[in-house]
Amino acid sequence: MKLRVNDTIHQVDVEPDMPLLWVLRDELGITGPKYGCGIARCGACTVHVDGMAVRACQMPVEEAEGKAITTIEGLGTPDALHAVQEAWIEHQVAQCGYCQSGQIMQAASFLETNPEPSDEDIDRAMSSNLCRCGTYPRIRAAIHAAAGKLAGA
Amino acid sequence: MSRAGTIARRTFLVGSAVIAGGIAFGVYAVRAPHANPLKDEVGPDEATFNPWVKITPEAVVLITPHVDIGQGSAAMQSLLIAEEMDLDPGQYETEFGPPAAAYWNTAQADDAAPFMSTDDSIVAEGARGAMTSLFKLLGMQITGGSSSTPDSFDKLREAGAVARETLKAAAAKKHGVAVSDLKTGKGTVVLPDGTEIPYTALAAEAAGIDPVTDVTLRDPSEWRLIGKETRRTDIVAKSTGAMDYGIDVRLKGMVHATVKLSPRRGVLNGHDSAAAEKMRGVRSVIPVEGGIAVVADNTWRAFQAADTISFDWAPAAYPAEQDGHWEKVAASFNADSLDAEWRNDGEVDTGLAEGGVTDVEYRAPYLAHQPLEPLGAVALVTDEKAEIWASHQIPRYVQQKVAAITGHEAEKVIFHNQYAGGSFGHRLEFHNITAAAEIANTMRGTPVKLTLSREEDFATDFPRQISIARGQGVARDGRVETLSLDIASPSVLRSQMGRLGVSVPGSDAQLPAGAWNAPYAVPNFRVRAYAVEGLAPVSSWRSVGASTAGFFIESFVDEVIHAAGADPLEERLRLCNWDVARGVLEAVGEMSNWSGTTLPEGKGRGIAMVVSFGVPTAEVVEVTKTEAGIRIDKVWVAADVGRVVDPVNIENQVQGAVVWGLGHAMNCELTYADGMPQQSNFHEYEGMRLYQCPQIEVKMLENGGKVKGIGEPPVPPAAPALANAIFAATGQRIREMPFNKHIDFV
Repeated sequence: MKLRVNDTIHQVDVEPDMPLLWVLRDELGITGPKYGCGIARCGACTVHVDGMAVRACQMPVEEAEGKAITTIEGLGTPDALHAVQEAWIEHQVAQCGYCQSGQIMQAASFLETNPEPSDEDIDRAMSSNLCRCGTYPRIRAAIHAAAGKLAGA
Repeated sequence: MSRAGTIARRTFLVGSAVIAGGIAFGVYAVRAPHANPLKDEVGPDEATFNPWVKITPEAVVLITPHVDIGQGSAAMQSLLIAEEMDLDPGQYETEFGPPAAAYWNTAQADDAAPFMSTDDSIVAEGARGAMTSLFKLLGMQITGGSSSTPDSFDKLREAGAVARETLKAAAAKKHGVAVSDLKTGKGTVVLPDGTEIPYTALAAEAAGIDPVTDVTLRDPSEWRLIGKETRRTDIVAKSTGAMDYGIDVRLKGMVHATVKLSPRRGVLNGHDSAAAEKMRGVRSVIPVEGGIAVVADNTWRAFQAADTISFDWAPAAYPAEQDGHWEKVAASFNADSLDAEWRNDGEVDTGLAEGGVTDVEYRAPYLAHQPLEPLGAVALVTDEKAEIWASHQIPRYVQQKVAAITGHEAEKVIFHNQYAGGSFGHRLEFHNITAAAEIANTMRGTPVKLTLSREEDFATDFPRQISIARGQGVARDGRVETLSLDIASPSVLRSQMGRLGVSVPGSDAQLPAGAWNAPYAVPNFRVRAYAVEGLAPVSSWRSVGASTAGFFIESFVDEVIHAAGADPLEERLRLCNWDVARGVLEAVGEMSNWSGTTLPEGKGRGIAMVVSFGVPTAEVVEVTKTEAGIRIDKVWVAADVGRVVDPVNIENQVQGAVVWGLGHAMNCELTYADGMPQQSNFHEYEGMRLYQCPQIEVKMLENGGKVKGIGEPPVPPAAPALANAIFAATGQRIREMPFNKHIDFV
């Protein structure tokens, strides 16, 4: 099976029902997407598939075949940050940081569809991403800031 | 200041533990420094001046032995060294360093001595000194108890100053100039002619001279970094997916494992793993202590295989059903179970006999830790050594636990501490470490990554203590006159130390933490703690005893204030007998405009103030009663840590602690059925999610004198402030966590 991850084609030999998360992490060594719950209740594994935010722990890898998979590593790098990552750094959102790959991927996808979100919009879009450290006030602020950056870009 | 009151069995806990363990010591042992562990690892052209600074020709490496579990300790520790070393952010790397006695915690003992943090009497200070000496003798390297900053504040600035002066001495020797003519800046020594010599270029020279230890610390007016807005050292990595946690460690030839341990904490009577053994990718199914491990070539395959195994677990040693746990707690308010009478001011029994008594009971359930990165560990055992990669708060015990399994000497257990995806007290336990070591020991030479599934992590989480409190109070003439609070819970200290094989005689100061030391001059004030035996083993959970006892005392004080007809803030201020605590009450009153605000119908505010880990923290919560339930609109927090090192991170920590305190008080409990925890994942144990998060405004004060830590202190006031706000908005007094058993939240 061929997978396209962050614009690179990978060949994998796995069961078709293996969740994309574990193919990324254990077969390809792409560890930005995190395992948190395995049941789509924390969002730490969020990646983009054809531009849509999905929970990689719930997506059988066969469903991702032939599609463009983007992980946090492909969204931006320390030298070429995505606007959401810039905002996350400026607001120093992360504490432990373990959920933040998923939070950032969720936020980036959300801002594509809603470039000027209200706090209520953010609540709806982001509440399925769990942060045990409680960085929510900063997540809200960073999303507003990222929206401003994207609007100005 | 009210007197400390009587303590039935005034035994120094750690002291007793040490003496029971048979460790002899004398003045020399207390005074002598522990060896610098970096000396074993530096090369001939690399220098180390003390256990916190290593300079190679390539890099300045600052050792941050308090592991970073999300609280920002790596950034904080390195910042303190960098301040005195004249290093700018970005000019140094950080490492957690090896486990070593040199990294013994100089601050944790302060809060373990049975004295109020306000008590600076000769006896109290003497006891703290004795406890601290014992921590040193034990070489007790520990991250916990909000002690990282207080432990580091002087020590690491001194380490930085020693490094700076030694580098100057090296430059003086190398370039034939006087030390007094040298300056430092931006990671360089500046010669009289203005030439800047990078520290890295002085490594070899500096390695050959004795460290200059007669140093003077900078005056706070000269600080460039401390107290200023800086960027966490890990923030870019944590915003780009580049941060590697323990779960991300990858070694050549590594296999992936998971484990199923008894959810009843007993033995395994039998199991059937025939199906698992035939599944794709499964290498082996092997017994480990208390359960079974599955080794596979991929974590998911290991999880899938483990789920097919059927188990016959022996019964639990504690009550099988949750009701039985509550019954044991409720039955422990008796003389036999009395752990200590921590405070007895005035004449409580006489005061209560005068009538008009508020008589109430509060309850707090077991809670799971469940940081988002589940427990796990990578282990590689060879005949020569055992290596472990994981995040742990007591790294020297990791060495001992692993050595006991693999048969190596403890110093042949190489522990690589890792950044953690949260802990909240979870990474004080060892079942992940020992299971990984056991598995790797059966396949020497092959690295093994153990990952617990979320369900397994819930099933084997050592929870926060369950607790009940009974309060009796009297208000007279508009004032709080008598308070009696009895608290019963299992002892976290004895449970946790027991798992380390250390028996701890004496009373446990965490049982009534936050309650007995409330800085209130109530004329008649008694706090007694009762220890409950025979329950599920428990563990330190962010803010430990104060997470329950703080809820009890500040709910109860509020009830008696209402019975008095007094204002909750005004009466607390009148009672408060510690100026630092008074400061945070006044600050939170001003921030929220408490006395100048008239709230509309359906809104309510509650206040609470708890002193834990030496830090007085006051919080005001404002709620609105809506058709759909209670909505938390805003929280104001004021705390006094003596000195703020990193203003950005401290705000983040306080906000996170409030979210932690509120979310679990509202929504969470861990309950037992058939001897096993009933909650298995985040669909039934949510904490707080973003839609419930209020605005949280934070103000830090610096009047307290001693430098204190902030990770835990904002947790305890959150729950009672919320309960008090709900009462103000609705007239409903909630005395049991989680509150959602009694009221809906939006």
